[in-house]
Amino acid sequence: MAYSEKVIEHYENPRNVGSLDKNDPNVGTGLVGAPACGDVMKLQLKIGDDGVIQDAKFKTFGCGSAIASSSLVTEWVKGMTVDQAMEVKNTKIAEELNLPPVKIHCSVLAEDAIKAAIADYKAKRAR
Amino acid sequence: MALKLPIFMDNHSTTPVDPRVLEAMLPYFTTDFGNAASRTHVFGWRAEEAVEQARGHVAALIGASAKEIVFTSGATESDNLAIKGAAWFHKGRGNHLITVETEHKAVLDSMKRLEKEGFQVTYLPVETDGRVNLGKLEAAITDKTLLVSIMLANNEIGVIQDLVAIGELIKRKNKLTLFHTDAVQGIGKVPFDVEAARVDLASLTAHKMYGPKGVGALYVRRKPRVRIDPIIDGGGHERGMRSGTLNVPGIVGFGMAAKIAKDEMAAEGMRLLALREKLRKEIQARLPETFVNGSLEHRLPGNLNISFGYVEGESLLMALKELAVSSGSACTSASLEPSYVLRALGIGEEMAHSSLRFGLGRFNTEEEVDHVVSTIVEKVERLRALSPLWEMFQDGVDLKSIQWEAGAHH
Ligand SMILES: Cc1ncc(COP(=O)(O)O)c(C=O)c1O
Repeated sequence: MAYSEKVIEHYENPRNVGSLDKNDPNVGTGLVGAPACGDVMKLQLKIGDDGVIQDAKFKTFGCGSAIASSSLVTEWVKGMTVDQAMEVKNTKIAEELNLPPVKIHCSVLAEDAIKAAIADYKAKRAR
Repeated sequence: MALKLPIFMDNHSTTPVDPRVLEAMLPYFTTDFGNAASRTHVFGWRAEEAVEQARGHVAALIGASAKEIVFTSGATESDNLAIKGAAWFHKGRGNHLITVETEHKAVLDSMKRLEKEGFQVTYLPVETDGRVNLGKLEAAITDKTLLVSIMLANNEIGVIQDLVAIGELIKRKNKLTLFHTDAVQGIGKVPFDVEAARVDLASLTAHKMYGPKGVGALYVRRKPRVRIDPIIDGGGHERGMRSGTLNVPGIVGFGMAAKIAKDEMAAEGMRLLALREKLRKEIQARLPETFVNGSLEHRLPGNLNISFGYVEGESLLMALKELAVSSGSACTSASLEPSYVLRALGIGEEMAHSSLRFGLGRFNTEEEVDHVVSTIVEKVERLRALSPLWEMFQDGVDLKSIQWEAGAHH
């Protein structure tokens, strides 16, 4: 399979790899996908009391397109409000990375990861 | 010798043509271009002579006689011809065929086609080491069983079946049941003899043994005579079993490849085994959580199929762009399913996604192996640093205890 230049660039220089403290009340953690399906993304967002995303970190088990999709969204969501981040669509991710049809699910997973991280953050806050 | 990149370690997919093979082929494209079926002039006679010499070399490699070799376009055709041809010819006698879950698609899909025509097919499972359980095979053979098809060596995991024991068992249980083997991956790599294994039909292909692509053969036993229907009708070439003008240069190349294989197999096997073991031992010594898929003992000398836990195969391939190997990961196949061969061993899907297949061949060097080991170690470590699963494993989390949501594409 031929990869787009942007996928290769993110794959070779992934942004914001790492982990945040999952017990921090300001950190939301999203873990999506399944090992049996060949991709798992962990996305963590550190969200300020003003609702702005201050930091984002990821780790991904998956193909190059999955790694690139998660790397890209960590860049995008930093500085967004939670509401803005909820609006990030997989189609935008796929378009930015030139993903071929068989790799669209990677962008779907990245969108799911944002939503899961925010849901985790909100659940923590509600407690 | 300076290391040349990229490095080809995918010799189960195909092999380069040996220069000695190419040299033997060349005259048959130009000066000696005749049709081997032309009986009226020297061009035809020369072509025929060359084909017959090649037929002898191919036969000698497998302990057959020249008249038992039918040239085809490759092993896909040979598998189709053996299985469909035998089933069609003998359908008055029974309706049952047996094969194994880990066979090549050319075998499995021929069987599927026959199922649509009303034949019954038993797909035997394999043990966790990739080998057929003889007890299960014995239990599956009935008086209606026309044919059993079991490969010599598997194309993904390199696991070698005990064809001598299997042949003995088949003939003991039902002496009319035909025994076909897809011998493609084992030919010229490990000893194989049609008499010792009591094989009736055997599929071969040139391009996995340093010959050209697009030429293969089906061994069809003469004593006792094995009858099959052709699947290609026409001028009646190859004793009516495979019509079509013979691919003379291809066949000459196949013959030379067979001759070289016979002469050099023993020495080459030892050299490849040493390289393979170096590759395996160094990877496993330097990287924890790596697992060899399938029997190590009963394995082609040049094969290593290994899973790198917590690393996805396609992303690893992407990091290894100067190295040609293949992966059982779903992402590398059109179907988005991980390798059915690995899954038949009972290993988890995540481990199938994490696998790489190395196929060492005649032209690989120790220097290449050293380079591959250091590259793999570096890249696996980098990808593990990026892997949430590796992090969870390091933290002592049992990945099986987590409720994973199914991915969007399943
Ligand atoms: C075990 C096995 N059988 C059959 C084939 C098909 O051979 P061919 O490419 O000559 O059609 C292959 C190669 O892909 C193989 O590995």
